[in-house]
Amino acid sequence: MAELIAKSPCAGLLPLTVGGLTLSEETPAAMTSVAPYQGQMDVLSAAMKASHGMGFPAPGRSTGKAGNRAIWFSRDMALLMGPAADASLADHAALTDQSDGWAVVRLEGEQAAEVLARLTPADLRPSVFKRGHTARSEVAHMMGSITKVGESAFVVMVFRSMAQTLVHDLKTAMEAVAARG
Amino acid sequence: MRITCPVCGERDRREFTYKEAALARPEAGADLEDWDAYVHLRENPAGVTRELWYHEMGCSAWIVVTRNTVTHAMLGSELASGADLGGKR
Amino acid sequence: MRVPGKGLYEGGPSVSFTFNGRPMMGLEGDTLASALLANDVHLVARSFKYHRPRGILTAGSEEPNALVTVGSGAEQDPNTRATVQELFDGLEARSQNCWPTVEHDVMAVNDLAAPFLGAGFYYKTFMWPAAFWEKLYEPMIRRAAGLGALSGAADPDLYEKAYAHCDLLVIGSGPAGLMTALVAGRAGADVILAEEDSRMGGRMLAETEEVDGQPAHLWAEGVIAELEAMGNVRLMARTSVAGAYDQGTYAALEKVGHHRLRQPGLPRECFWRIAAKQAVLAAGAIERPVAFRNNDRPGIMAAGAVRAYLNRWGVAPGQNVTVFANNDDAHRTARDLTEAGVHVAALIDSRHDAPGSDLFKVIKGGQVCNASGRKRVESITVRSVAGEEKIQTDCLAMSGGWNPSVHLACHQNGRPAWDRDSAAFLPVVGMVPGLSYAGACNGTFSTAGALREGVEAARAALAELGIKAPDVDVPQAQDDPYRITALWAVPGKGRAWLDFQNDVSVKDVQQAATENFRSVEHMKRYTTQGMATDQGKNSNVAALAVLADATGRGIAETGTTTFRPPFSPVSIGAMGAGATDMGFKPQRFLTSHGVAEERGAQQLEVGLWYRAGYFPKPGETNWRQSCDREVTMVREAVGVCDVSTLGKIDIQGPDAAKLLDFVYTGMFSTLKEGRVRYGLMLREDGFIMDDGTTARLGKTHYVMTTTTAAAGQVMAHLEFVLQALRPEWDVRIASATEHWAQFAVAGPKARALLNGLLDSQIDSASFPFMGCGEMSVMGVKGRLFRISFSGEEGYEIAVPARYGDSLFRTLTARAEALGGGLYGMEALNVLRIEKGFITHAEINGTVTMHDLGMEKMLSTKKEFIGKSLAQRPGLTDPMREGLVGLKPVGAVKQLSSGAHLFSQGDPVERVYDQGYVTSVGFSPTLGHMIGLGFLKNGQARIGEHIRMVDHMRGLDAVCEVVNPVFFDPEGGRLRG
Repeated sequence: MAELIAKSPCAGLLPLTVGGLTLSEETPAAMTSVAPYQGQMDVLSAAMKASHGMGFPAPGRSTGKAGNRAIWFSRDMALLMGPAADASLADHAALTDQSDGWAVVRLEGEQAAEVLARLTPADLRPSVFKRGHTARSEVAHMMGSITKVGESAFVVMVFRSMAQTLVHDLKTAMEAVAARG
Repeated sequence: MRITCPVCGERDRREFTYKEAALARPEAGADLEDWDAYVHLRENPAGVTRELWYHEMGCSAWIVVTRNTVTHAMLGSELASGADLGGKR
Repeated sequence: MRVPGKGLYEGGPSVSFTFNGRPMMGLEGDTLASALLANDVHLVARSFKYHRPRGILTAGSEEPNALVTVGSGAEQDPNTRATVQELFDGLEARSQNCWPTVEHDVMAVNDLAAPFLGAGFYYKTFMWPAAFWEKLYEPMIRRAAGLGALSGAADPDLYEKAYAHCDLLVIGSGPAGLMTALVAGRAGADVILAEEDSRMGGRMLAETEEVDGQPAHLWAEGVIAELEAMGNVRLMARTSVAGAYDQGTYAALEKVGHHRLRQPGLPRECFWRIAAKQAVLAAGAIERPVAFRNNDRPGIMAAGAVRAYLNRWGVAPGQNVTVFANNDDAHRTARDLTEAGVHVAALIDSRHDAPGSDLFKVIKGGQVCNASGRKRVESITVRSVAGEEKIQTDCLAMSGGWNPSVHLACHQNGRPAWDRDSAAFLPVVGMVPGLSYAGACNGTFSTAGALREGVEAARAALAELGIKAPDVDVPQAQDDPYRITALWAVPGKGRAWLDFQNDVSVKDVQQAATENFRSVEHMKRYTTQGMATDQGKNSNVAALAVLADATGRGIAETGTTTFRPPFSPVSIGAMGAGATDMGFKPQRFLTSHGVAEERGAQQLEVGLWYRAGYFPKPGETNWRQSCDREVTMVREAVGVCDVSTLGKIDIQGPDAAKLLDFVYTGMFSTLKEGRVRYGLMLREDGFIMDDGTTARLGKTHYVMTTTTAAAGQVMAHLEFVLQALRPEWDVRIASATEHWAQFAVAGPKARALLNGLLDSQIDSASFPFMGCGEMSVMGVKGRLFRISFSGEEGYEIAVPARYGDSLFRTLTARAEALGGGLYGMEALNVLRIEKGFITHAEINGTVTMHDLGMEKMLSTKKEFIGKSLAQRPGLTDPMREGLVGLKPVGAVKQLSSGAHLFSQGDPVERVYDQGYVTSVGFSPTLGHMIGLGFLKNGQARIGEHIRMVDHMRGLDAVCEVVNPVFFDPEGGRLRG
């Protein structure tokens, strides 16, 4: 029997480079939303640490590292990115597979924050939004998630169906920022 | 306009959507007048008001914002989960 | 002409440009205005109403006269103030509002007709007959009066929007602003310093004074260099802060591309939203003219502007200059000119106690009462104790004093306070929370005072921010007192101009007062004083002073008009930045979009989603042929349709069933695992919010399906219920809409198609109608739901979205092999109307369960949202409009949605309205059009003939009222 062929949200759209800025797609093997049941936060965090090596992130923060990260994703919810969620977590939290629900892109370059300032009202100044910080906010009229993963690198996420708009709006902003020199 | 989300901190108004005045829901079986008041009757004060806002573009928290409609001052925000709006049950 | 040895740009590169087609040269650093003056061009524009010759009045953004059009064709920018347009190589500018040329303007006859065109002439003259206004008067007036014109073509330029955040926003970069930024910057605060000019320094660029022993502009350069070197200070030149909004939000317009030739990708302007914890207004002051007869002649300029042209740009606007003032400040103009070698014929000061001078002749207690010369001033008439005398002059520098730029402080409806000593309105503390004032905008006019207030404002802001202020010495600078005796208008015959931009004279304001337009707001509207691009920056205070005088009141009592954003004009393009083409709104594409495109599907926009309307086959020439074929294909074989747009909400937790019972009218706690149930949810007011199916995947795990349109609304609703109403319930919800690609497979051959793909086979016993479960699809873990929106045996098969494209291609190929294929939204719609299934066309927000005949689904065994108000007498009245089916039975075979229903014989008038049509389609299954609609007491009227009228489409048809389920009412087909 033929096999189903997988296609990433930004297939055919990325990567692209404008001036000193690059935009590329990230494809975590799995993404799972983890929402602790009542009174389970501490137990869950311990279970996450045991099975994935990182605790449940505080609001606006992420834990773990590239390829194995948990980002705070909304009120009392984190997104586990990379590993498939260990089954034991389901005892303490509602797990929902979101692996294919989000377009995940990485914007990198000295002016990355300047580019994002054209898309989001979130405050991304280096003094307040540091490596490991994450925010849910509007990204070009879309519900988005922004995580700072390096000194000048951000991971930006929107719903998968809007990948084309995200890339378009980021590219437009990258070009405008680059054109200023 | 900027609204403070108890979870995310101060954010631009465009991340939020407005619902209505923050009122406690009547209990099941309450008089129709109570329901009518809950759904339809509003004070529209010139001054301090408590409103329900949804941090839709942010963390999905429902919050109760207290603000002054005359001075536009933001006087406080709390999570709706702690505001006892569910009424008797 | 240039004055050797003067100006900050002397010896710099030269720049070529054209004005009205004439090639000219200027210097890098010039504005168009300074370059025109250097080329001895004084007549640059014609006035709005009377087409009077006008020159350059000011050297800043407040310029009312020198409006020009820059560029041509689609790229032209009309109403550009020559005083803010930076010169660049290749700049093309031209005069506007004149024909054939600015030198010989035919419409100048308006000036001769002035006695008939005074204040309120619109309202008095163009009254009758009424029809003439639109057809004749308005077009005529618009052609004759006005400013520059748009090209009529789409604006090809790029604009952008951006956000910025800071601890402290400093507005203006004169001595006060620079000092504020310096102190706050050294303290480590995040500072944004916004300056509307291309170069920072404010009046320090325009004066010949010293700060800390060095020329002021060099001191400014030093400070700017220090600020630039700090990592925490952002310098934003060419950025005009346009408005002050709530909670420290400021709007600002940055001009990015106006000062250079266009280059690809470079935005023209950037519209900033700045969130500032604290802000300091250091916007300086604007000099006001004095009203006297013919004070609008080219060559009559603001005294401070004359000084700026001389000291910053090295340009003398005349060779034989006169000065007219009521304050000490303007004496510096005469002094600077004399010292630069420009002849000053006389300084006329209206004050008898004015200071004298050794450098130039001072006429104390004198007033300029007229000016001669049409296209440029040639002489002025001075009235003093010595009588009237005529003085030859080619440039008059006038000053009626300075108006502090309080605009931003007043944007939240605060009113400034009148200060008699400085004859000016000053800002009041606390008008905008978090905004304080420093320097001339606060009525502190000396450089030393501005520097001192800059330090103080920074310290106060830092204290609010909780940041320790560094020790900073206030630099030494001139600290001359600001001495003035108010003079608004020189009495006399003829027209003395107040508002140059709108051609409003002292007489117009007096006439407004005579006609009882005594409120300053009424006077403004009656005379048009204070409108258009300068918004009365030059004229407001003098105009209200004249009004105060005419009405016998004081200035404070008369008050100002309301200051509203923007401070200076913001282009619509900048405010709508990004919202063109693909940037207009997000687009949501399905994983099947590629296949749909390949097959030439017509796309329908459904909210933000793009869904295939129909898939044309070769030879099909209109959508109906495709739609009819697709409907028949589903009824006879099998069809495949992408339904991924429907909202999918994952609901888990011990109290999951409680949540569902609370939000749906029906019972879901009794739903068995592996089963699906249809439900409706109400708003609290008892009307229907949404409908959909919910599947129970496990003991405490449900997945709810919402309609496409209400997915976001339902998610917010569930969050509201869980957070605000029932926070004690242990339930967690997550949207999983985008994770799944979900396809409907419907028709008699649906199961056969699926069994070719599923890794384990299904039959009607193991997988009955309304069953669901996890299913391996070609080796991929997926889900299968047996639900039907077509009335046929139907399934929805879901796989993770990465496989969506691949599965859709496979389904398409296999469906076609079975004599079926793809169907789109059009066919989907016809299929569901044939079955009487509802969408948001029916549940439109005004519809109840009773209206649908579904009141039995209002559970009596539990509490749920909307239950109480759904029982209101008004919502259960049988005379409400109820859902019915409609079919045409008369000569006209058409139905249309949106049409209204009337009893036969009744007049087609609103009061006789019996209902309306919500959905229609041609049923190939039944061979005629069918429709759904709402009709008063509808269920009781089955069989009745009724009249359907659609005035929009010109349709009038007789219909039979029928059961809304047109096809297979027993439902045998969907149970298979």
